[in-house]
Amino acid sequence: MDFAELERDLLAQVDAASDEAALETVRVAALGKKGSVSELLKTLGAMTPDERKERGPLINGLRDRVQGALTQRRDALAEAALEARLAAERVDVTLPVREAPEARGRIHPISQVIDEITAIFSDMGFSVAEGPDIETDELNFTALNFPPGHPAREMHDTFFLPPDRDGKRKVLRTHTSPVQIRTMRAKEPPIRVIIPGRTYRHDSDQTHTPMFHQVEGLVIDRSANFANLRWVLEEFCRTFFEVDGVKMRFRPSFFPFTEPSAEVDIQCSRKGGEIRFGEGEDWLEILGCGMVHPNVLRNCGLDPDSVQGFAFGVGIDRIAMLKYGMPDLRPFFEADVRWLQHYGFRPLDVPSLVGGLTS
Amino acid sequence: MKFTLSWLKDHLDTAASLETVAETLTRIGLEVERVEDKAAALKPYVIARVLTAEQHPNADRLRVCSVETGEGAPVQVVCGAPNARAGMLSVFAPPGTYVPGKDITLSVGTIRGVESRGMLCSGAELGLGDDGDGILDLPADAPVGTPYAVWAGLDDPVIEINLTPNRPDCTSVHGIARDLAATGLGVLKREPMPPVRGEGPAPAAVTLDFDDYDRGLCPYFALRLVRGVRNGPSPDWMQARLRAIGLRPINALVDITNYMTFDRGRPLHVFDAAKVAGALTVRRAREGESLAALDGRTYALTDEMVVIADGNGVESIGGIIGGEATGCDESTTDVLIESALWSPANIAQTGRRLGIITDARYRFERGVDPAFALAGLDLATRLVTDICGGSPSDPAIAGEPPETSHVIDFPWTEVRRLAGIELSRAEMKVSLESLGFHIAGSGDRVKVLPPSWRPDIEGKADLVEEIVRIAGLDRIEPKPLPRQSHVATAVLTPLQKRTRLARRALASRGLLEAVTWSFIPREDAVLFGGGAPSLALANPIASELSDMRPSLVPGLLRAAQRNADRGYPDAALFEVGQCFASDEPEGQSIRAAAVRRGTGGHAGAGRHWDGAAGPVDAFEAKADAMALLAALGVPTGGLQVAAGGPAWLHPGRSGTLQFGPKTVVGHFGEVHPRVAKALGLKGVIVAFEITLDALPLPKHRPTKVKPALALSDFQPISRDFAFVVSRDVAAGEVVKAAASAERKLVTGVDVFDVYEGAGVPEGSKSVAIAVTLQPVEKTLTDAEIEAVSARIVAEVSRKTGATLRA
Repeated sequence: MDFAELERDLLAQVDAASDEAALETVRVAALGKKGSVSELLKTLGAMTPDERKERGPLINGLRDRVQGALTQRRDALAEAALEARLAAERVDVTLPVREAPEARGRIHPISQVIDEITAIFSDMGFSVAEGPDIETDELNFTALNFPPGHPAREMHDTFFLPPDRDGKRKVLRTHTSPVQIRTMRAKEPPIRVIIPGRTYRHDSDQTHTPMFHQVEGLVIDRSANFANLRWVLEEFCRTFFEVDGVKMRFRPSFFPFTEPSAEVDIQCSRKGGEIRFGEGEDWLEILGCGMVHPNVLRNCGLDPDSVQGFAFGVGIDRIAMLKYGMPDLRPFFEADVRWLQHYGFRPLDVPSLVGGLTS
Repeated sequence: MKFTLSWLKDHLDTAASLETVAETLTRIGLEVERVEDKAAALKPYVIARVLTAEQHPNADRLRVCSVETGEGAPVQVVCGAPNARAGMLSVFAPPGTYVPGKDITLSVGTIRGVESRGMLCSGAELGLGDDGDGILDLPADAPVGTPYAVWAGLDDPVIEINLTPNRPDCTSVHGIARDLAATGLGVLKREPMPPVRGEGPAPAAVTLDFDDYDRGLCPYFALRLVRGVRNGPSPDWMQARLRAIGLRPINALVDITNYMTFDRGRPLHVFDAAKVAGALTVRRAREGESLAALDGRTYALTDEMVVIADGNGVESIGGIIGGEATGCDESTTDVLIESALWSPANIAQTGRRLGIITDARYRFERGVDPAFALAGLDLATRLVTDICGGSPSDPAIAGEPPETSHVIDFPWTEVRRLAGIELSRAEMKVSLESLGFHIAGSGDRVKVLPPSWRPDIEGKADLVEEIVRIAGLDRIEPKPLPRQSHVATAVLTPLQKRTRLARRALASRGLLEAVTWSFIPREDAVLFGGGAPSLALANPIASELSDMRPSLVPGLLRAAQRNADRGYPDAALFEVGQCFASDEPEGQSIRAAAVRRGTGGHAGAGRHWDGAAGPVDAFEAKADAMALLAALGVPTGGLQVAAGGPAWLHPGRSGTLQFGPKTVVGHFGEVHPRVAKALGLKGVIVAFEITLDALPLPKHRPTKVKPALALSDFQPISRDFAFVVSRDVAAGEVVKAAASAERKLVTGVDVFDVYEGAGVPEGSKSVAIAVTLQPVEKTLTDAEIEAVSARIVAEVSRKTGATLRA
């Protein structure tokens, strides 16, 4: 057989091999120990130099071409096999995955708003103070300059606990203000604290629930005055409501524990059920405030002629409703999963001044 | 407190508009709650004459009227009122008018085939009371075409202010006018009030029957007799004003006392002298006494209440309400007028105990001007003689008005110190003086004497308030609170940080944060270890909100069930909040708890193409609890998980988390079926609760450096062991024993299978563990690995009685 015919024959076999096994058979038959090309190569050793010079390149060339064809064919077969596998390996990517726990979980708006408030006031140097929900009459009222029997006490619809052996009744705190007293009695001025917490009043209708949340602010030092109070509240409202400016109206009012006292309204517009701040004609009452009453300072062992300060109280639920548009207060405490999912906040949306209060 | 604009203008000379008056009131702390301007609301309603009233062709009860409205041709109106008749004067509303009493807007209509172009109105339709039997029937001289509200005197806007309890002086129109005058809005009218000249001595003496201790209950009592009065209806102007503020005119004498109450803040009482037996005594009531009062109710009295009595017994509850028996009516000819002072605290207490709210109580418990008691009596006497005639006696007076004057030493700089505003001394002085304060002295410090009608003024801060209130709080320019001189440091306590973090950690596990009531039903509290009498509210708002919660779990369980009842069966809820073990501050703890219901597990609820979620079990709750501890950075080295929990958990499917038997920090597991039944829970529900205050805090370390990381150069190896142990042996014991067998080498023990059934003897189970060995010094030889394995098997057998599974 001449080389050309052998080559044609081998290359045809390579081409015809339909899988790796067939190709291997071809390879062994050609280049294996006893393969046809290997046998030819073996003949080179017995040749004369002249013969070898003539036939060597022919045989080696044959081997190289067969070898090349085998490699090429192997790659082509592997590629085809991969293509076939990939064609078979198909998933329906439109099938839904389960929602991640982090995507399902929610933080209650009250917790979120407390975190927002804390972020703002911590920047102004306030720390967070707390106190018990069950308070003495003394701390909830008397020390805050509500004399026993005074009509001012009737401004608070109070929950009472049963009288003790001495006939004294504890109360569910009607405001976070008793923590003012606890703070001033425990700590020397200067004092800058906010006091978020649960408060209770015997009241229930569309806009009142027997339990609600307040944040109290207290600043006591040698110079804090009403002008500073205005600044703190304006800065707070501007930052909290995330607007460039808010217009606030301070109306003289009465709280037994502050003098002078004021209620504060914030200017807003209502369009299609949405409240916007910093514009419009409406006024919404959002907080009460004033200079700490001299009697309150005295009740805490402080001299009202040498220290002074201010306090304010904001309804947390109320400002949450105003900022985030919940129309009604009662669902806050009903734990309806639909409400929590809708009005709640994603767990990793932690309010900060660095990243913004809301994302 | 309500009043009308014209009433205000009796006391205040001003040209200010209604809007300006209202704005100013709010600005100075007399917050306007409502302004009702009936004239504006009723503008389209005009007086009209019914020219003809013919029977409706198709309806027996209807008439077709031709109405002269004062403008254009007569209008045809179909009217159903029984009193509609030709010639009468009534009130007409054209199409397009809003009818407040019916909440409709009129249009041209066809009623049973006859066109009707407007409406003849009843008082009720105008929103003016309930005389809805027929259309208004006006006197013959009513001018046709004039707006009805103007003619009827309804064009006097009513202003209602939300009065704070510190301002008794503004329970009177005069006091409100004084406050407005201080702002420069107008001038306070001060009518001279000469004393009434009595025509003879008072016939009856008055005795204040109190010992020295009680004298303050009624320090002053003035009484005057007016003989020969005619007590008919009070004049129209007085009736109109009383009606405008919601009072019902009764008769002239009674109306005068009501008028004085609102005009001057001076409550009075009138007795029909003919019905009073002998002299009057003011004293404490006696146990068993009662009074049939003017409000038609009978009140049982106690000796803590102060009454006015005569020979027949109690005739009036002092300062609160008079008695029926001595009330004045049309037959009264001789009247006793009382003007007294009472103890505000006692009035408040009596009013509260008896549940009586009267205009007199409202004023006396806030503090009535003691200096105006006699002048008020004179003013009332003059109104009585002007309106009802009669001749007054001299007043009979007992006691004397208490001393109210206390001088305040006031440095003008106090305004700048507290309010942070610089006002001129002249302005401050004018404000105080126009409010009735007397200022003595000049210079930086003055003596200020508050007026008798301002019991709320105690000291310097009150004067600052008066000055800035009148100046306007909006004039105080905001000034920055000085910032701290250093970078802000952390402000939260470790517990506060953990409380915040707990919320984020639990929400990250797919749980929804709930905020539930701090008070729960008594039965629920008892089931969860609460229900102590000291934690039961004395006046709960509802029976199911009665006891302070001992645990967050019952509220969450009920919430989960409510959601299930609404069609959301897989609720996964948590709460971080306060719980109460006693009424002391130390009894209050902060806890974190979660419940999962149905298939609401961590991985997701319900069916899914990749595998449906099964019902939640105790391990879901355990996983939540452990994840929370990890997130809070609680050092869990010493944490033990003990089988069983409190009574509200399934005894065999619950665990207790503790750092020793006395440091229990929480529980987890399936809710006890009995508790579930008692709470009305259906389906499987699991819960955990951890007391955040009970968790150990990380040790404080001087630096933030973390312990050095020791990495081994050698590959870890893993060996599996399957042990057969009694089913009572906890897997945790097996793990612990394996770990302790070779502490240097064993770095991990995982339970990868627990099996009971065929192939394992009855009463036993197979626990398969994978033990990770981490060589430190050199690669272990097969022989060494065998030796370690043997030690592990021996140790587990010794401690748990396990055998290696064949």
